[in-house]
Amino acid sequence: MSKSITVKEKYPPGDFAIWIIIYVELVTFALLFLGYAFSRRSHIEMFNDSQLLLNQTSGFINTLILITSSYFVVKAVKSVTSMTKESIKESNLRASKWLLYAIMCGIAFLVIKLSEFIHIFGQGITLSTNKFFMFYLLLTVFHFMHVLLGSIILFNIYKKTKIHGYMPDDYKGFETGASYWHMVDLLWIVLFPLVYIIR
Amino acid sequence: MKYTSQAVAKPYFIFALILLAGEILFGLLMGIQYIWGDFLFPLIPFNVLRMVHTNLLIVLLLFGFMGATYYLVPEETETELWSPKLAIITFWVFAAAGVATILGYLFVPYAELTELTFNNLLPTMGREFLEQPLPTKVGIVIVVLSYLLNVTMTVIKGRKTVITTVLLTGLLGLAVFFLFAFYVPDNLIMDKFFWWFTVHLWVEATWELILGAILAFVLIKVTGVDREHIDKWLYLIIAMTMVSGILGTGHHFFYMGAPEYWLWIGSISSAVEPLPFLLMILFAFTMARDRKIKHDNEMALTWAKGTAVMGFIGAGVWGFFHTLAPVNMFTHGTQLTAAHGHLSFYGAYVMIIFTMISYAMPILRGRPHGNCKKAQKVELASFWIMNIGMVGLTLALSAAGIVQILDQRVGTELIGFMESQESIAGIYMIRAGFGVLVFAGLLTYFYSFFVKEEPQQA
Repeated sequence: MSKSITVKEKYPPGDFAIWIIIYVELVTFALLFLGYAFSRRSHIEMFNDSQLLLNQTSGFINTLILITSSYFVVKAVKSVTSMTKESIKESNLRASKWLLYAIMCGIAFLVIKLSEFIHIFGQGITLSTNKFFMFYLLLTVFHFMHVLLGSIILFNIYKKTKIHGYMPDDYKGFETGASYWHMVDLLWIVLFPLVYIIR
Repeated sequence: MKYTSQAVAKPYFIFALILLAGEILFGLLMGIQYIWGDFLFPLIPFNVLRMVHTNLLIVLLLFGFMGATYYLVPEETETELWSPKLAIITFWVFAAAGVATILGYLFVPYAELTELTFNNLLPTMGREFLEQPLPTKVGIVIVVLSYLLNVTMTVIKGRKTVITTVLLTGLLGLAVFFLFAFYVPDNLIMDKFFWWFTVHLWVEATWELILGAILAFVLIKVTGVDREHIDKWLYLIIAMTMVSGILGTGHHFFYMGAPEYWLWIGSISSAVEPLPFLLMILFAFTMARDRKIKHDNEMALTWAKGTAVMGFIGAGVWGFFHTLAPVNMFTHGTQLTAAHGHLSFYGAYVMIIFTMISYAMPILRGRPHGNCKKAQKVELASFWIMNIGMVGLTLALSAAGIVQILDQRVGTELIGFMESQESIAGIYMIRAGFGVLVFAGLLTYFYSFFVKEEPQQA
């Protein structure tokens, strides 16, 4: 019975509800991305000048960190989806190890981003400085909060793996959290080139 | 009725319905004043009617929420109410204070009322929707606190469910955000900020939690769908409500002297605000489709579905029309705003109270299977009459708003306010007509309470 449910609900992975949330998040960010693009068109010089004040290196490092973290999450998901009745303990432990790496990546991202914010705010830049920085702050702070939430979600899954809480036919919650994390990563992959690089 | 203390909900429901009748009646009088400006002059001026109309709405919704809570919480927590006596005392205190305040509005000039009620000690009066004299405001706080205490103590001693948690969160928010009504900064822009912290965070954040919880409760009862299933939907709806609703406050900060970034924050987050309402439609209809029981009280489910649909249209669609900053620049404060206000309050909040009353009242009156078929037929008729009336009224107000925008805001040949109002007079007639229809619907609804039970039904 439970087996048939797992098979039936293989796609989309995780809980259906998370996909509604993911699509709403994507739409919200898309609106901000579009707003950025259209505003940029009428203030190209100001956008380009302001962009020079951003630290592209830290942005790039953060990109690598998030992509790597997603890889770790994929490995963690693989550990539980390939689990058999005999390997519950090992699979959970293996997943917890990968998750720990992913969480560490998330924390590293947050620390680097915080130092970037401190630097930006130290220069007296606020939401009202100009349109570029308004979008920069709205997008990155909003995304920062998502990374924070994503890390907390991963940590909760991590805690459950530590007590071998996932079963061969019960890892929906795991996939739900992982899907959210991938969304957070995906958003940054669009955000980084758009705000930091494209001139 | 599973718990005897649920009976305290009954007076709350009845009084909410009486206030609703009053609210619509005063709305009708205003509708007539839009056509004949001298109507009731100098007895009751427009501004007083408007104040009574909107204040009655707020108070009737509070009574409705309280009644719904007192009915729902014992069943959810599986225990009697902490203090039914307190609930009854609160009812009488609140009812007396409410009636006294409305009479004060009607019979004492507002300026005099401010002097009589110590507004000079702590000036809080004179702001739209929060016109209540200081003693009334303090009374509201006391009533809400004792109500919260009663509900919280009940929840603490009983079973904890997602519905009660969401409901309590909403009620707590309702109480906390009302406190901003006591703070009136001298700076007009700051004043607006704090005013919206009460008004917006009530109707577009915390009240939506209350709405979601009541809807979920009724759906569990009339569809028999598993609680886990309902809970998940509820979580999803409230998560989305909170995220979009809190930042959505920004759509009130356009062009009022607030920084420009609010144009973006307000526009984008409030563009997402209709989604929780869309989810409510999916929620109600999916639950109805997957229902495990067929409850004899079919009207409760009809109202529940109606709430989701009308809430989405009124709050979601009509809100979205003018929530984007570039559009709002032209539409702000026109009859389009009134159109949105009417259908959203009716669709989301008045209808959820109808939903709850339709479900609970027959049980409170000793009819666990709902009213008899004939009474339900009458109620169904009232459902359609009121809904058609409200939609017609909203469309008329929207048309009036559009004419107003074209007359006064778009292009170069603009005309004055009174001239524009004159050009809308015909539409105001239609609006008043639909208003009468809504009132007729409400009377039909009242009549459904008095339809005699068919003997074979028992």
